[in-house]
Amino acid sequence: MALLETKGLTASYGDFQALFGVDIALDPGETIAIIGANGAGKTTLMRSIAGILANQPNAVLFDGEAIGALPAPDIVARGIAMVPEGRKLFPSLSVEENLLIGRYGRAVAGHWSLQTVYELFPILKERRGNPGTALSGGQQQMVAIGRALMSNPRVLLCDEISLGLAPVVIKDIYAAFPRIRAAGASLVVVEQDIGQALKVSDRVYCLMEGRITLSGAPSDLTREKIHSAYFGAGA
Amino acid sequence: MMWIDTIVQGILLGGLYALFAAGLSLVFGIMRLVNLAHGDLIVLAAFLILVMVSALGLNPFVAALVAMPLMFAIGWALQFYLLNRTFGTDILPPLLVTFGLSIVIQNGLLEGFTADSRRIPVGGLDSASVALGPINVGVMPLLTLASAVAVIIGLNQLFYRTSLGRAFRAISDDPVTAGLMGIRPKNIFATATGIAMVVVTIAALYLGTRANFDPTIGPARLIYAFEAVIIGGLGSLWGTLFGGIVIGVAQTFGAAVNPEWQILAGHLAFLLVLLLKPRGLFPRAVD
Repeated sequence: MALLETKGLTASYGDFQALFGVDIALDPGETIAIIGANGAGKTTLMRSIAGILANQPNAVLFDGEAIGALPAPDIVARGIAMVPEGRKLFPSLSVEENLLIGRYGRAVAGHWSLQTVYELFPILKERRGNPGTALSGGQQQMVAIGRALMSNPRVLLCDEISLGLAPVVIKDIYAAFPRIRAAGASLVVVEQDIGQALKVSDRVYCLMEGRITLSGAPSDLTREKIHSAYFGAGA
Repeated sequence: MMWIDTIVQGILLGGLYALFAAGLSLVFGIMRLVNLAHGDLIVLAAFLILVMVSALGLNPFVAALVAMPLMFAIGWALQFYLLNRTFGTDILPPLLVTFGLSIVIQNGLLEGFTADSRRIPVGGLDSASVALGPINVGVMPLLTLASAVAVIIGLNQLFYRTSLGRAFRAISDDPVTAGLMGIRPKNIFATATGIAMVVVTIAALYLGTRANFDPTIGPARLIYAFEAVIIGGLGSLWGTLFGGIVIGVAQTFGAAVNPEWQILAGHLAFLLVLLLKPRGLFPRAVD
């Protein structure tokens, strides 16, 4: 059985419908990538799973439980943590406080603690006393990932973590992923960078205009298939 | 020598205004809520202490300690069941509801306690004084300022040293992302208002013991509290203490020149700060 599943997930902002029946599944230990152009609904999908947007209860299943209608704190408590798009560090909190607050809603024993997060991203230990927002973009992204890991999540949702970062920094951050997976988390990675998405994931879903247009293992997907799923058949 | 005395008395009076303002500052800092019933809640707490002192024969300080958890519960419930419902994109409902609450509290107190002025008796303590060099200072004013400093230190420790304090700051920064951390805004807001009501109880103790009070004096206390918060700069607790002292010193100076000018001098000091530094003397919040 899948660990996390969406079934016919729809989502709207007022009159504007952003998702039209999305089905995805994440197996334990797996990493899936969601790719798609701007406005395809990737972030809406993440926000729906994380509980920022409320949905039909049965539209999102976690461990067989219907969690679609639960608010964000209840989702975190169950073990789904999100690295939000744009990092969203708390400016009033230092780096260390930003990490500590990741445990607020789910303080469970597990691999991840301040110490292991500092081992994963040693630069954060040096800058622990700085305000989170005084750091470079890449370092801020490390804080955002570390903050989500502090709750020892079973599922980690990563929304556009490469956005606005230099390629060398992106490489550094993705270098941490094998250790995050080894510690037991299953991952959902939203990426605009298709190359990066294919590299880190076991399976890929392509979203276009609120619908899944393609899915499969990276090795089964050709450039042409992805191209047409990404931009539409006629492109 | 008279001027030194005036300054010292003003600083001590400022302690009282800082106590009025600290709860307001706390609530505004966390949820951007301007509680127009804040002054009336102080008066409510003063009557609560008075009832315990006169009906149960408690020492006023003990009565205040007993009143604290009660006021915490009142604040918690008020926020959780009423004020949380007023939050939304429109900034008007919280103002209207707390304005209405102010009227309800005032009239409720009038019904229950009549319009007579009261005072919480503290034995001989209200006329006791100690000599500080050439100046005599009252024991109660000294205790007021010491309590104000202790409250500010305590709130700062809470804000910057505890998990709850991190949640307060996080939710003030970004409520949506705070939710992703498992922080539940409604509970956090209720806790914050509860804590503000504990501070209100301390303010009420000194309000009720240093001078007469009646059910209608709440709004004027709200104005002093407001002015202290604005002078200090939004979001800064130490600034709030300083703002209280500015008003206190201005008032005693005004009164020293001419007793009619006491209240006016405090407001003029506030307007002067607003004119020269509209964001207050120690602004911390960037918005």
